[in-house]
Amino acid sequence: MKLPGFMAIVITMAFAGVEVRAEEAPDFNEALQGLGSKSRTTILKSIDQLSELNDPRSLSALEALLGKRLRSDDHDGLFIVDESGEIFVDALTGEEVRVDPDSLKTPRINNRVRRSLKPLIARLRLRNPDVSIRLAAAEELENRPSADAADSIRLALEEESDQTVRNVLEVALARIELKSDDPQLRLGAVEVLGEHGDRNQEAELVALLDQNEDGQFAESDPAVREAAQSAIQRIQRTAFLNDMAGHFFYGLSLASVLLLAALGLAITFGLMGVINMAHGEMLMLGAYTTYVVIGLFEQHLLAWLDWYLLIAVPTAFLVCAAVGMLLERGVIRFLYGRPLETLLATWGISLVLIQTVRLTFGAQNVEVANPSWLSGGYEILSGVVLPWSRIAIVMFSITTVAVVWWLLQRTRLGLYVRAVTQNREMAAGLGIATSRIDMLTFGLGSGIAGLGGVALSQVGNVGPELGRSYIVDSFMVVVLGGVGNIMGTVVAALGLGVLNKFLEPVSGAVLGKIFVLGFLILFIQRRPQGIFALKGRAAEA
Amino acid sequence: MKTKNQLKKIVCGAIAVALCLGAAAAGAEDDDDTIKVGVLHSLSGTMAISETSLKDTVLMMIEEQNAKGGVLGKQLEAVVVDPASDWPLFAEKARELIAVHDVDVVFGCWTSVSRKSVLPVFEELNGLLFYPVQYEGEESSWNVFYTGAAPNQQAIPAVEYLMSEDGGGAQRWVLLGTDYVYPRTTNKILRYFLNSKGVKDSDIMEEYTPFGHSDYQTIVANVKKFAAGGPTAVVSTINGDSNVPFYKELAAQGIKAEDIPVVAFSVGEEELRGIDTAPLEGHLAAWNYFQSIDNPTNQAFIEQWKQYVKDNNLPGGDERVTNDPMEAHYIGFKMWVQAVEQAKTTDVDAVRQALSGQVVQSPSGYPITMDGKNHHLHKPVVIGEVNHEGQFDIVWATDGPIRADAWSPHIPDSASKVADWSYPHLCGNCSEPKISHSGAKSSPASQ
Repeated sequence: MKLPGFMAIVITMAFAGVEVRAEEAPDFNEALQGLGSKSRTTILKSIDQLSELNDPRSLSALEALLGKRLRSDDHDGLFIVDESGEIFVDALTGEEVRVDPDSLKTPRINNRVRRSLKPLIARLRLRNPDVSIRLAAAEELENRPSADAADSIRLALEEESDQTVRNVLEVALARIELKSDDPQLRLGAVEVLGEHGDRNQEAELVALLDQNEDGQFAESDPAVREAAQSAIQRIQRTAFLNDMAGHFFYGLSLASVLLLAALGLAITFGLMGVINMAHGEMLMLGAYTTYVVIGLFEQHLLAWLDWYLLIAVPTAFLVCAAVGMLLERGVIRFLYGRPLETLLATWGISLVLIQTVRLTFGAQNVEVANPSWLSGGYEILSGVVLPWSRIAIVMFSITTVAVVWWLLQRTRLGLYVRAVTQNREMAAGLGIATSRIDMLTFGLGSGIAGLGGVALSQVGNVGPELGRSYIVDSFMVVVLGGVGNIMGTVVAALGLGVLNKFLEPVSGAVLGKIFVLGFLILFIQRRPQGIFALKGRAAEA
Repeated sequence: MKTKNQLKKIVCGAIAVALCLGAAAAGAEDDDDTIKVGVLHSLSGTMAISETSLKDTVLMMIEEQNAKGGVLGKQLEAVVVDPASDWPLFAEKARELIAVHDVDVVFGCWTSVSRKSVLPVFEELNGLLFYPVQYEGEESSWNVFYTGAAPNQQAIPAVEYLMSEDGGGAQRWVLLGTDYVYPRTTNKILRYFLNSKGVKDSDIMEEYTPFGHSDYQTIVANVKKFAAGGPTAVVSTINGDSNVPFYKELAAQGIKAEDIPVVAFSVGEEELRGIDTAPLEGHLAAWNYFQSIDNPTNQAFIEQWKQYVKDNNLPGGDERVTNDPMEAHYIGFKMWVQAVEQAKTTDVDAVRQALSGQVVQSPSGYPITMDGKNHHLHKPVVIGEVNHEGQFDIVWATDGPIRADAWSPHIPDSASKVADWSYPHLCGNCSEPKISHSGAKSSPASQ
């Protein structure tokens, strides 16, 4: 076993320099052993040979190479180690073996190896019983068309029963047949691309219509050209619609981030009229609470780590509400009706909070990892991927708004809050403990800011200055929406988010932000009371 | 009443004078037995993610040198200030280091905008700055030694690699950066370079985001759209903590390195710490050093760092890594010590003279030389792919160190400029020598 193995490597390495003669089919074992080579050229050569052989037996070794689970020893043995890193299987025989893990080497791969490895794996996976694996394989082949795969795809199409997979496979085949010599095949391919294709295939169709200097088209058959023309139009139309939908979704997700950041302020500033410069720091505290909760889970409840958000959300609310109430009792209640002093005092509080966090947790950002069920994304439309974390934030912000609305409109506490903010003297006259309500309202606003902090920790960086980057945006949303109006805040966040995302592709992120600010200045000049103004006696009070 | 006020003023003045004298006396006392080393790195704000470990590196080198008996028989004393990622504050803190603390050398800055901010201060007060980060070039100062890479030691080789078959044969280019001088200048050089290689402007997409930007959805979606037009590579000059949301978004939208490789010039081991790198496998970075380089000097360097982290109980603990700018500080610090010992003084002019031609065996595996003319290092270039451990697998490297071009030959305006601080040029920014022999012989450049 040892000697032939060595020969195999010598031969394989020789192949790297000398062209393989076509009639000589490469030996399966030799080709497979080449995968364990130190040289990437040899690995690439082996992949080419295996691709020619198209033998399903090579699949496990190829997958292991991609997943860095393939090992080779100095004597041309090739082993596959399982996910646990303990059980070794001989790649040639498939039998479990005992080897010394320290004596083994992992063949090193790079993007170039991956580029030829992945389509081959995909090809061998087309018969996999699992639909989702077949779909992924088909998509891989669609992205990287190579003539070698054509026969495998045709075979797979004969058996494939799932319609989604079929569509992808047809596009994959069409991309290969687009290069065929037979105009009939090309015409069929163009029609398929027009029906199921997306922007990734547009360039190839456009290339068909290229004219060289003599006025000759790259595509000689006029019928194919005509079909290509209409296919391009169809692709562009769907692509445009997808783009618009994409901007809208991205805008929606930005809007929900803005909304969560601003909702707490809509209560403390909007309802109570406290210019709360420490609002950003409440967001920051919420995010840090998440970080602390993760730390506790890692220490005590490692198995449940994925569900830390369920604890982080209520904890952040309680922590921030407590800090908020403390602030209200300790500082802000002495400053009601003196906006300038409130502004300065809360600004000072924000500095104190930032410095406290910096001293406790360090000046560097801390890591808040998404739970695994929030990583990755979902492709809503071709080319429009919404990460799960953003989808979750959209849902979370909808829920939060609903709860806040219910709290303010449908509960006794909400009734008191509204009564006190609209007419303090009369509310007091009716026996409402206004100062207690002030405290609770401020606590509620701060607690909701804490919820916003939990959400922000899922999409951005968590550091002591986190609040600074959101305080301006938050005020912007609340002022635009109309002070004292929760619905206004929702509409303003939506408007700003979507506007920003539609502007960004045109003007770039930096200019986009400037445009939005400019728009805001103009809007506030025309309509100082915001989108929704309070009407009636409350407004004059 | 009036006299009372005057009396008050006099008393106040006297107190102030006394305080000043006291401070000066205290300062003078310190000067005798220690040599002061300034550390000017952001320890808070958006750049803290990158700069904090540089401060730790300098402190580690100082500790090591002191254990060996210091320099010129004196102990080294670190003066650490925090410019807080605030560019104007960098200039203030630099002035404080040189004028108030009287430091003999400063190790500092990361972003080019911070370097540009302190440059006039160093030139005015004749200070000495070691700048450890790769940058855009187009600059050369009498008072600065650049221990990071110039564009021809990082950006240009990286782009050439991506054009090669190994790199994916990219034909379309996305130049993505944070909005300030380094990304803009680097991308200007790259655009000229790509144009010279026959890449049309329509095949280049240039996009900038503010510092600390955290919403990369649209940009990543646009990159995907752009990449539909042919083999595409992304060149990222995004700096600071924006990289975390950027890479998270790349992973979330499923951009694979085999399809659209992203090569970063400001992301190293330290920035990847704390990101799940499994979905980023295969994305690239170009530097002059990686922690994964295998040689005895590097092993010793990594070991020294791990020990230092442990002894000082630094946050991050076992997970702390070494990276390219840290290695640059390692080289710069050793060179400065060698130069001071040769010059037998910490006087800036003498040390500057002695720094030319200094050689240090570096963790990158090569003896690194300080170019006597342009104040830059001769460095090797290494390109690595991110692996799932947050380290880099090396996929390409130069045969040896290459000389830095302070002025890019690709930009027409600067192609003729020379950075040469040796006689008779003595100029960082002109095409002819400053000192020319009047009369019979004029310099060839002026003809």
